[in-house]
Amino acid sequence: MSPGPCESPMRPQPYVVRGVRRETHDVFTLELEPAGDAAPLAFGPGQFTMLYAFGMGEVPISISGDPAGNTMLVHTIRAVGTVTRALERCRKGDVLGVRGPFGTCWPVDEAAGKDVVLAAGGIGLAPLRSVMYRLLARRERYGRIALLYGTRTPEDIVYRDELEEWRGRLDLNVQVTVDRAGSDWRGNVGAVTTLLPRAEFDPANTVAMFCGPEVMMRFTMLALMKRGLQAEQMYLSMERNMKCGIGLCGHCQLGPFFICKDGPVFPYDRVKWLFGREEI
Amino acid sequence: MKTLEPILREHPFFEGLEPSYLALIVGCASNVVFKAGDVLFRDGEEANLFYLIRHGRLALELTSERGPFTMLTIGDGEILGWSWIIPPYHWHFSARAVEDTRAITLDGNCLRAKCEEDHHLGYELLKRFARILEDRLRATQLQLLDVYCPYPGEKR
Ligand SMILES: Cc1cc2nc3c(=O)[nH]c(=O)nc-3n(C[C@H](O)[C@H](O)[C@H](O)COP(=O)(O)OP(=O)(O)OC[C@H]3O[C@@H](n4cnc5c(N)ncnc54)[C@H](O)[C@@H]3O)c2cc1C
Ligand code: FES
Repeated sequence: MSPGPCESPMRPQPYVVRGVRRETHDVFTLELEPAGDAAPLAFGPGQFTMLYAFGMGEVPISISGDPAGNTMLVHTIRAVGTVTRALERCRKGDVLGVRGPFGTCWPVDEAAGKDVVLAAGGIGLAPLRSVMYRLLARRERYGRIALLYGTRTPEDIVYRDELEEWRGRLDLNVQVTVDRAGSDWRGNVGAVTTLLPRAEFDPANTVAMFCGPEVMMRFTMLALMKRGLQAEQMYLSMERNMKCGIGLCGHCQLGPFFICKDGPVFPYDRVKWLFGREEI
Repeated sequence: MKTLEPILREHPFFEGLEPSYLALIVGCASNVVFKAGDVLFRDGEEANLFYLIRHGRLALELTSERGPFTMLTIGDGEILGWSWIIPPYHWHFSARAVEDTRAITLDGNCLRAKCEEDHHLGYELLKRFARILEDRLRATQLQLLDVYCPYPGEKR
């Protein structure tokens, strides 16, 4: 079961910014600690919080830290608009409001005994990083693990140090690709789907999880289906604008679902009929 | 002499191909090695080969007034080149080794002759190339969409 918010889910709790790390020119990671002696937030991989920049507004942001880590709440954020830019201006010691955790989790336990394919696009690596921590904490429970990550340019790669460390492990297949690069880039160029032939897995015994722009997830799922995966083996994280985060306001509605409560992580076979349709 | 048949048999491209066809195809195959930086071929040159990559990484490049641009990199277990089946058999991009690369080349003239003689073999090969063409087309579409750009219309 997914951990739920501890107190009144509509009341933001104060959190102090303890660390700010620049990932790329527009992406940064915040480490937050509950103010006073409040308990750290228990969460599952895939869940999100509503982060409140006082006086500016509130946005849903996935938790990208280690679910077993029991101190800091970690968020990796891309500055795209009013609130995320306000969050970008945060410095150590500043206070933010946090509600949550909300939403469903990635099927990390269900994947035990199976091969695991994670496909991330852009900032979509943030929620899948929590999955990686979980998988690595119990590495022996899983078969082969492939992490396929695509982003725009080499300068847009987040979590560089960690990706390099994971790439160095013999029990992981970590592949990174970019859509465009200068001639000094020695790595892969091409869409994330071009990494799939390099991932070894048993199609009959694999769980795949995706997070990124919807079109990227759709292309990746179709490519994996060609490799023999079925819709019920695939999970994805959906995004919609949110307000309440707890299934009350209807802001995040997608067909019959409220993304904040029924998602953001969905089994693909539950939402596939809604996928890629403009009118919903 | 050691034959290349076991290598071809293990390559994903030939998975499931009848052994008698592999025996035919192996007559068109040779082993090649490239050092990082080597150019395999250039845009516009005659295309009479295709490559099965065993280990390494190749960059497929187009050159414009702004210099060379890498469209795609390919690596272990992948295929390079379908221009040998499509007249007038010319490459439409250049290929350069990014890392030391081991590959098998298949001679296009030799293969075309065998496919003309046996259309079933031709169909088997075409099905395999059609799949690669489709995968590359889809991947290029995704790349062109520039989906990770958060600011539509932005040029960086
Ligand atoms: C469940 C969930 C988890 C999320 N997790 C993360 C996360 O871990 N990290 C993260 O950075 N973001 C995440 N997001 C997206 C984040 O919530 C939005 O980027 C944020 O709400 C934008 O708010 P803003 O006020 O900064 O921008 P706004 O002022 O609302 O928008 C400004 C401009 O940015 C565009 N925009 C808005 N949202 C996005 C987006 N997601 N991508 C690209 N362009 C956008 C708008 O179209 C507009 O043009 C998540 C969203 C959901 C629903
Ligand atoms: S954000 Fe209010 S219902 Fe989902």
